[in-house]
Amino acid sequence: MKQIFKFLRRWGPFLVVTAIFLLAPAFLSSFRLNQLGKFLTYAIIAVGLDLIWGYGGMLSLGQGLFFGLGAYGFAMYLKLQASGGKIPDFMFWSGLTQLPWFWVPFSSAIFAICAALLIPMLLAAVLGYFIFRSRVQGVYFSIITQALTLLTSIWFIGQQAYSGGTNGITDLGSAKLFGKALLSPTMQTAFYITTVLCLAGVYLLSRWLTEARFGRLLIALRDNEDRVRFLGYDPVMLKVMIFAFSAGLAALAGILFVPQVGIISPSSMGVVPSIEMVIWVAVGGRGTLVGAILGALLVSYGRSYLSESYPNVWQFFLGSLFVGSVILFPQGILGFLKAQAGKFRLPVIVRTPSNVGVPETVATVTPAGVNGGSSA
Amino acid sequence: MNSTATILDVKNVSVSFAGFKALNALNFSMAQGELRFVIGPNGAGKTTLLDVVTGKTRPQQGTITFNGAVNVLRTTEHKLVQKGIERKFQTPTVFGSLTVYENLEAAVSFDAGVIKLFTRLPAAGEEKIQTTLKLIGLQERADVRAGTLAHGEKQWLEIGMLLVQEPKLLLLDEPVAGMTRRERNRTGELLQEIAQRCSVLVVEHDMEFVRNFATTVSVLHMGQLLCQGPVQQVQSDPRVIEVYLGRKRDRDKLAA
Repeated sequence: MKQIFKFLRRWGPFLVVTAIFLLAPAFLSSFRLNQLGKFLTYAIIAVGLDLIWGYGGMLSLGQGLFFGLGAYGFAMYLKLQASGGKIPDFMFWSGLTQLPWFWVPFSSAIFAICAALLIPMLLAAVLGYFIFRSRVQGVYFSIITQALTLLTSIWFIGQQAYSGGTNGITDLGSAKLFGKALLSPTMQTAFYITTVLCLAGVYLLSRWLTEARFGRLLIALRDNEDRVRFLGYDPVMLKVMIFAFSAGLAALAGILFVPQVGIISPSSMGVVPSIEMVIWVAVGGRGTLVGAILGALLVSYGRSYLSESYPNVWQFFLGSLFVGSVILFPQGILGFLKAQAGKFRLPVIVRTPSNVGVPETVATVTPAGVNGGSSA
Repeated sequence: MNSTATILDVKNVSVSFAGFKALNALNFSMAQGELRFVIGPNGAGKTTLLDVVTGKTRPQQGTITFNGAVNVLRTTEHKLVQKGIERKFQTPTVFGSLTVYENLEAAVSFDAGVIKLFTRLPAAGEEKIQTTLKLIGLQERADVRAGTLAHGEKQWLEIGMLLVQEPKLLLLDEPVAGMTRRERNRTGELLQEIAQRCSVLVVEHDMEFVRNFATTVSVLHMGQLLCQGPVQQVQSDPRVIEVYLGRKRDRDKLAA
């Protein structure tokens, strides 16, 4: 009985939320479902950014780049599918008569998905290796990642014949997967369900990662990198790993984004989207996985509501939301809620090292007090 | 343990920062199992000595050998730690967001390799953490966030994080700076307990602390070893008095 209660307490919320998302196709209109699917891919990016920033303390402004590369990779496959053996329309308009060599393998779905995942991860690993090895930290890391994002999006705009330029890769609707049109309700629902399952998997994997010793070492890295180094760890390896992993999550989100939105263009992968990703995590709550997911959904819904209702001023709302959350809730919504909950001295089961093999002791802790924030 | 073997051998090491010679052809060595204090006026090169031994600063010339075999100058910082050189920084450096227990856990996992970081802490590691908690007197504080500890407790925790890694040579940079008298005495006792397990090199400013707890003292001056020996002998050495008190005498002369 106690076991069941413990299990429910640990996994209950996760199972309920996953079930609700999985049942959403039954009660959401196809427009709203499509929208939710898009926002859930954002949540995947947010989890990755939270791991590297909220836990590891490295503010990456380049998540849009990895997202974009993932999205372009899968879009290339869909475009070739949609073009039905001919060369894609934008290439034809730019005067190409033959498919460029690097486009050719993307006619295989498996290759396209693998490349869309692995190329961003590899890029992050190589980039991270050189950045972290020369001990570039803090704001300089942010600037380098942002510059790279800007560079790549400009480069993509310039390569009209190979990337579709400013318009990006469009008109993917006529692509067929498993004999079904991409835009058919069946296919869209399938992609939505896949997204939910991917997000659930990503959440579980990240939860496992952060609850293991590895996660605490990430926090240690955020608190004091030198101490980590002088405890005998190679910070470069640890940082490269987590950077590549977060890039992989952004790329996965890109792969899931493209079939549901039907277009990828440089404007979805540039500097502004990358900053918006940071806002999701900041608003939701850094250092908590649920906070990152919540932030991505709330900000995206807020944005869509405001841009529908007040198309001229919604960007001001977004800006003030960011500034407001940083000033009023520096720990984000979830951090704020946690601190509030902590005020009511909740009995919490604490894993004390002394009770290994001994019945659990119940200690009383106040997280707010620990933060020195009972007055906050 | 062979007590006559050399744990640390620094030969002819020079470090200069923009013309200033922090270490000037320094020779310094320590026997295995020794508890050694290094004193000296500001700018004598005490911290720089720790920097070169831990690989943080690379000297322009000289050789440093650890434990008879490790060429310190050709080994990266984290590898030196894995070989057994541990260092406590001057200001307490712990992971503030983690609990005391988690700080020690992060330290004890250091030689496991990245993959092992995804597994549970083995029982041996758990035992080491418990022993260390007891030794540094922070058992009751195991689940407190390290950032909220008092200054002295942070210093002890950092020492504990190094001890849990079972070092061969422990380097402590001014461990009692900013401590109350009681904390200083507690730290001194801790030091002598630690000295039973490994070689310890302590850089210190606090002369009273040195008098109470040191056996052998080395005096650094202008990047060189000025003299070395038992506390009483060093204290009465005219050169040491000159270095430490010289300016005061000048002032007295001027006043007279």
